[in-house]
Amino acid sequence: MTSAAPSELPYDPTAPLTPSGNLRRRLIVSRITQGMAVAAAFIAVAALAIVVFDVVKSGASVLSIDFLIKDPSQYGVGGGIRSTIIGSAIIVGLGAVIAVPIGVLIAIYMTEFARPGSRIAGLLRMGLDLLQGVPSIVIGIFILGLITEPRHQDTGFAGSVALAIIMLPLVARSAQEVLRLVPSPLREASDALGVDRWRSIITVVLPTGLGGIVTGSILAVARAAGETAPLLVNDSTAAPHLTFNPFGPMPNVPVQILTASEALNPAGFATAWGAALVLLVLILIANVGARFLLARSRRKLTG
Amino acid sequence: MTERDRDVTSSVPSEDVVPRQRIQTTDAVPVPAPAPRTDGARPEPARATVFDIRDLSVFYGSKKALDWTSLKIYRNLVTAVIGPSGCGKSTFIRSLNRMNDSIPSFRIEGQVLYHGHDIYARATNRVEVRRRIGMVFQRPNPFPKSIYDNVAWAPRNLGLKSNLDERVERALRGAALWGEVKDRLKVSALSLSGGQQQRLCIARAIAVEPDVLLLDEPASALDPVATASIEDLMHELKHRYTIVIVTHNMQQAARVADRTAFFSLDPQERVGTLVEYNDTNVIFSNPADTRTRDYVTGRFG
Repeated sequence: MTSAAPSELPYDPTAPLTPSGNLRRRLIVSRITQGMAVAAAFIAVAALAIVVFDVVKSGASVLSIDFLIKDPSQYGVGGGIRSTIIGSAIIVGLGAVIAVPIGVLIAIYMTEFARPGSRIAGLLRMGLDLLQGVPSIVIGIFILGLITEPRHQDTGFAGSVALAIIMLPLVARSAQEVLRLVPSPLREASDALGVDRWRSIITVVLPTGLGGIVTGSILAVARAAGETAPLLVNDSTAAPHLTFNPFGPMPNVPVQILTASEALNPAGFATAWGAALVLLVLILIANVGARFLLARSRRKLTG
Repeated sequence: MTERDRDVTSSVPSEDVVPRQRIQTTDAVPVPAPAPRTDGARPEPARATVFDIRDLSVFYGSKKALDWTSLKIYRNLVTAVIGPSGCGKSTFIRSLNRMNDSIPSFRIEGQVLYHGHDIYARATNRVEVRRRIGMVFQRPNPFPKSIYDNVAWAPRNLGLKSNLDERVERALRGAALWGEVKDRLKVSALSLSGGQQQRLCIARAIAVEPDVLLLDEPASALDPVATASIEDLMHELKHRYTIVIVTHNMQQAARVADRTAFFSLDPQERVGTLVEYNDTNVIFSNPADTRTRDYVTGRFG
C-alpha cells in the first residue's frame, strides 16, 4: 500500500545513496565524539604506560640477582629486597587468609540466604561500600590502637589485620557479583533433587563461580600488597633481616621504598625504584593471571 | 466463525457468576469415574492415590494465582496439566514439591496430601519432599560438570555412594541416553544437544529414585525430534514412576497422558482455576465443560 505511490514520499527514492540532508552534519558529529572517546581511552592507557616506563627506566639499572637475594642494608641505601619481599608476601598472605573466607561467606549470605530486598543485606552492602571508601591510614590508626599499642611492638600481624580489613569489602563485593552470575536454574535443579542448600552451595554454586572468586581475591590481594599507610603505622620499625615470624616486626616492601626514598644518599632512590619495579611487576602478573582465570571460568560457565 | 466465538464469550460470564460451585461439581465427576472405566478398558485394579489435593489456593502476596483446586493424582499414570498461559499450571505443579517456597510472598490455603501426608505441614521437611518428588524444568539446566558427575551428584550428596557407576548407568539407560553418551561420560554436560541435556536432567532426577516426577513443560525448548524422544521416554518411565507433566502442547498431552487436568484463567478475576479433570480421551473427545471443548478444539488461545 505504501509502495503504491512513490510520488507521495517526501524524498526521491531513486536518488544516489550518498549522504543527503543533515546526515552529513550528523556524520561529522559522530566522528568527533568517536574520536574523543578513543582519545580518552588512550590517555588512560598512556598514564599506565608512562608510570610503568618510568619505573622500569629508573629501576631496571639496580635489578640484579644480588638485588633479589640480598637483604636491605640498615639505612635503606643499597642492599637487596629479599627480606622485604618475603615479609610483604607473609603479611599480605596472612591478610588474605583472614579476609577471603570471611568475604566469601558474606557473599554467600547476601546471594544465597538473604531474602531479596532484605534490609540486613542492604545494610551489609552499604557497610561494605563504606568500608571500601575508608582511607587506609584510618584503618592503620584503628589497628594501631587495637593491636600495636597494647603490645608495645610493631608486628607483621597487625599489618595483616589492617590489610585484611582493606581486602574484605573487595573480596565480598566481587564474590557477590560472581555468585549472582551463577544461573539460578542450577540452584533450582539442585533444590529439586532433594539436596540441602549448603551442599548445593559447596558442590555446585561455589565451583561454578570459583574462577571469579579467585580472580576477585587476587585483585584484592594485589591492591593490598601496594597499600602503604597501615604498614607505616603498624610495622615500620623492623630490622632488615629475614624473618618468618609475623608476630614480631617484619620488614616489608612499601616501608622499604619509603625509607630508601627519604635517604639523603641518592643511591637510596635507586633502591626505592628497584623495589617499586619488583612490586609493580608482581602486581601486574597477579592482575593478568587473575584476568586469565576469569576468562577461563566464563568459558566454563557458557560451555 | 467469529460469530460463534462471540457466542461463546458472551455465555462465559453467566457461568462465572458461580465459579466455585462449578469447579466442585467437575471435581466430583472423576472420583467415581475411575472404577467403571477400569473394569472396561484397563486390567489393573483400583489405582492408588499419590496426591490428594484439597481446595488448594495459591497466593503471591495479595494476588491469588490459583483458586480452589481439588484433584487426585494416581500412581503410575501420566497426568497432564494443560491450559492457556498464566492459568496457574506451573504454580500448581511447583506447589506439589514446594518449589514455590523460594518466592518470598508465596502462600497457600488448603492441603496437598502426598500418600496422606501434608506436604505443607509444620513437621514436613521440604528437602525430604523433593527427595521423593523430583522435578525437571522447562529449560535443560545441567550443572557445568561432566555427564557422569551430573547424574552422580545427587546420589553422592544424599549418601547413596555404593555402586555409583551402576546407579549412573541405570539412570542414563532409564532416560534413554546411555547409548549416546556411554563413551564420553567425562565430557562436559554442556556439550550435549538441547534434547540430550533435557534427557540428562531426567536421568539426574531419576538417579535418586524418586516416587514422583514432575515435568514442567519439559519439551517446550526442544525441537520436534527431541520432543518425540522425551514423549517416548514418558511411556517407559510411568511403569516405575508417577508422572505429572505441564504442557502447552495439547497434542503432547493427548499422546502421553492417561489423565488430563484443564486449567483456565478466570476472565474477571485473573485467577487460575481448574475447569475439568478426567481421563485424557474424555477431555479430548467428550469434555463436560464448554471452556474445555473450546480450548482442546483450538477455538481458544
